[in-house]
Amino acid sequence: MTTRAIVAGLGTYVPEKILTNQDLEQMVDTSDEWIVTRTGIKERHIAAPDETTSVMATRASIRALADAGITADDLDFIVCATNTPDTIFPSTAARVQHQLTTKPIPGVDIQAGCTGLIYGMEMASALIQSGAYHNILVIGADKLTSITDYEDRTTAVLFGDAAGAFVLQGKEGTQRGLLASYLQADGRGGDLLIEPAGGSMLPASEETVAARQHYLKMNGNETFRFAVKAMPEAVEEGLKKAGLAVSEMDLLVPHQANLRIIDAAVRRFELDPSRVVVNIDRYGNTSVATIPLALQEAREQGRVHDDDVVVLCAFGAGLTWGSNVIRWGR
Amino acid sequence: MANKEQVFDKVKEIIVDQLGVDEEEVVPEASFIDDLGADSLDIVELIMALEEEFGLEIPDDEAEKIATVNDAVEYIRENA
Repeated sequence: MTTRAIVAGLGTYVPEKILTNQDLEQMVDTSDEWIVTRTGIKERHIAAPDETTSVMATRASIRALADAGITADDLDFIVCATNTPDTIFPSTAARVQHQLTTKPIPGVDIQAGCTGLIYGMEMASALIQSGAYHNILVIGADKLTSITDYEDRTTAVLFGDAAGAFVLQGKEGTQRGLLASYLQADGRGGDLLIEPAGGSMLPASEETVAARQHYLKMNGNETFRFAVKAMPEAVEEGLKKAGLAVSEMDLLVPHQANLRIIDAAVRRFELDPSRVVVNIDRYGNTSVATIPLALQEAREQGRVHDDDVVVLCAFGAGLTWGSNVIRWGR
Repeated sequence: MANKEQVFDKVKEIIVDQLGVDEEEVVPEASFIDDLGADSLDIVELIMALEEEFGLEIPDDEAEKIATVNDAVEYIRENA
């Protein structure tokens, strides 16, 4: 009998403090009108200094475990997708393990830009299908504001902080669960979206700090161009691997990076807006957390039903892009 | 490549579709930004749509020079 990884639980965490477009107007040369028409973002949440990526990840994980009806001691693996780990090492996954439980279990971080969560879901699913693991926590958590340059008006308006977590669980003989994934990475576009310094290529120095190279840099137009192509490709290829047509997709949960990118994908597939989840207006781009946040909101609105075909798709630094095709339900 | 009129008509169709403007507004001298209300992201999408329609790859530095409807038509006639 085939074992599939079903979504047993989902939880999210969003920090309390809100940064509005009006607040940003006081910080950089921008306007609410410019931000809304270019990005669709009206406000975003900003983590407090003591709310690190692992702290947000743990809070989302506790909610995901409760949703799944299990405890941290039932987990046998933690996968944490992040681009802003608490520290370069040790991993955020190990920190989350320590905050959740005293029981040592395997834990690892995945760094695949904003596509990291999609990667994490596929890798966890494969670990479950191997039979070696049963309950895996897949986290997407980022504190992007810790690498956002509030002197760069092209990026300062985009990002917020948040975390989301899935509990994936092995189940035999079910039609539900993760059906297929499509993952890609192509390093040719690596410079389009990059934190230039702080790694082995450009270790931290007085010069790198002075040159603001520890902040996220983005070539907006080129990234937009990539994303407008990558999102539909990821959706189409993921569905194809699952043996499904675009018309059989009940709900699309796209990475919330820019409303204009989502709109382009919606136009391409001629999707009814009721089949696409959008909440970028209130959270901005929270990187690997956008998809759990959007999916949770859709659940709360009663838009996700058992046996629905739900497609998660994302693109990000790497460049990376990909999708997960899920038949919803436990 | 097709004659200028055919290229213009196809380009006009794409502009109307991408920018949501009226056909009458799409005259050769119309500037995408000043006359047709496009922003930088609209132009990226428009260039992509033109590339797809005419089987072209328009490099960034060339795309930056395409400011009016006529610029687009001429570029396509020379390169498609």
